Amino acid sequence: MANKVWTIVAKDLRSEFRSKESINAAVSFALVMLVIFNFAFDPTAEETHTLSGGLLWIIFVFAGTLVLNRSFARELPNDCLDALIAAPIPGFQLFLGKAIAGFILVLGVELISLPVFGIFYDIDLIAPFWRLFLVMALGTWALTVIGTTFSALTVNVRLREIMLPMLIYPVLMPALIAAITMSGSILDGGTFSGNNLIWLKLLSGFSVIYTALAVGLIDIVLVG
Amino acid sequence: MKEKAIYITGGLAGIILLLNIYNIFMVLPDEANQGAVYRILFFHVPPAITGMVLFFVAMVGGIGFLSFKDFWWDALSVAAVEVGVVMSVVNLVTGSIWGRNQWGIWWAWDARITSQFLCVLIYVGYLVIRPAFSDATQRATISAVLSIFAFADIPIVWFSIRWWRTQHPGPVLETGGLQHDMAMALLYNTIGFLLLGAALTLIRLRSEEVQREIESMRRLAHAL
Amino acid sequence: MEAIAVKGVWKYFGDYPALREIDLTLAPGSCLALIGRNGAGKTTLLRILAGFSKPAKGSILLNGHDPRSLEARRLIGVLGHGISVYDELSAIENLSLYEKLYGLPTGTANRWLERVSLDKVRTGLVREFSRGMRQRLAIARAFLHDPTVLILDEPFTSLDDRAIALLQSILREARERGASVVMSTHQLREALELASEVALLQRGKLAFSGIRTAEMVEDPAWLYNTYGE
Repeated sequence: MANKVWTIVAKDLRSEFRSKESINAAVSFALVMLVIFNFAFDPTAEETHTLSGGLLWIIFVFAGTLVLNRSFARELPNDCLDALIAAPIPGFQLFLGKAIAGFILVLGVELISLPVFGIFYDIDLIAPFWRLFLVMALGTWALTVIGTTFSALTVNVRLREIMLPMLIYPVLMPALIAAITMSGSILDGGTFSGNNLIWLKLLSGFSVIYTALAVGLIDIVLVG
Repeated sequence: MKEKAIYITGGLAGIILLLNIYNIFMVLPDEANQGAVYRILFFHVPPAITGMVLFFVAMVGGIGFLSFKDFWWDALSVAAVEVGVVMSVVNLVTGSIWGRNQWGIWWAWDARITSQFLCVLIYVGYLVIRPAFSDATQRATISAVLSIFAFADIPIVWFSIRWWRTQHPGPVLETGGLQHDMAMALLYNTIGFLLLGAALTLIRLRSEEVQREIESMRRLAHAL
Repeated sequence: MEAIAVKGVWKYFGDYPALREIDLTLAPGSCLALIGRNGAGKTTLLRILAGFSKPAKGSILLNGHDPRSLEARRLIGVLGHGISVYDELSAIENLSLYEKLYGLPTGTANRWLERVSLDKVRTGLVREFSRGMRQRLAIARAFLHDPTVLILDEPFTSLDDRAIALLQSILREARERGASVVMSTHQLREALELASEVALLQRGKLAFSGIRTAEMVEDPAWLYNTYGE
């Protein structure tokens, strides 16, 4: 079983690295946003620390959605989606393959944006890195599960690029709040105790619930 | 038979609400702290409860369509979402007016208003994406999946925002406890609004079914 | 056991009946030519057979299995309107993907590239291929796993001569193996030569279904004239 999931992951990653369409767009977008923030907020060192969690995740979510939009949309040219559905791969394995590939791509964009953020706003990323990475991984998985599911849902819809964010962001909000709060706290030297522990549980719970729902409903979404 | 159901629920709702409105405005005294404007509470809380009940009904409709493939369930789902969104917006608007009067601000990001607003956004997404599908079966299937994803999020949204507010204290738009006769009036209004919600949903359900009949006759006419 | 058993199938798009009361059986090793005007419902029926959509009413069994089951999916080979190969991947990468998804022994992909004469360009990206080359790759993809039930939607339309010859020879081999074929087509003459049975679809209903006769091959329009409107 892991074989087929990995086959899909490899295919999606290979496709993306050949064309680099969504990665390039997402990274450029993230960098431009970092510049805009400077003019929008002109933050002092003090303020940047307070805002950092939020700034980081605004960039991650917007850039990430650009990448996830392609998840099922890349199967549309030449009717490739039909051949995938006809192949003897269970729907949930197809979903997991695409979700994992999307996760790797979005996390990649985030890891490229992160040091730029640290440099632009003079924020120490080395000390809290692994704690921050855990939050990034969890938050990105939540974004990926919702994004990949809704990408499958809207694959045949016109104006997909506009509809997808409109669906993803409200549903994703609780996970986003958790990620933002924890990130801000960690960049300030916080750990996973007390309040952060509750946020961690919330984020994990959110991911588990929506991964289960997505895996359970994906066949209905793809075939009807 | 359907018309009878609409007349009965609508009629009952009308009677209860009219009697209660008389009670609220003529009989009940002004509240000690807030003066006359506290009466808006009677039109602020019941719509919120009705909205949530309707969102639950929408999820039931979604599950019903996926199980039985009968479009009646889909019509129930969209009717419940539409009336639920209207009720929730009434809740937001009355809350805003009340807040303006009591605390001088049109909007405060307190836990309840923020959560409610987010729920409205989730379901507005549902309503916006529906017309993007021209095939009715696909539209109903996707809407059903969305209604499940949306309702699963509601408790998570409410919890996460409330938890966030405990860490970032802000204005809380709450009232104190209610005297007995005020509490009774609130109860009656809640029942009245629930019946009103049911009546409006049935009306919308009927119009959705008629719309589908017209659509199918049009397609049949084109085919011949 | 029938290769294909369709019973009482209805398909709606909204409330519009695209397929009405379709009953069809196909014995193993037969070849059915599905003909009908545009909009008659041929593609809809083929997509349901392939498991891409579900009927509103009725049942479908392929070799006794539901089309969406994993067993059925291992048996089905589909050639639709799109070529279903990725432009940004190479020929060998495309076929290896399906080799892995179908659990085929390594080397199957290479063997098929030779069969369709694309082995010299195996590492070329599909977006650089000519139309004829893409079609041959699509054929390789569809037949890679030696399917026993073939569902072909207007397979000869827009094929060049080389590809037509290739497809005909592969189909012949498949039928010698005992594979069953359902093929929708506008090229009546070519299809009717290959077919052992014929079905005429009209506005979602089966106007005729039965053995192919000599009359049909001599005058392809005969069916439309006799059973059509």
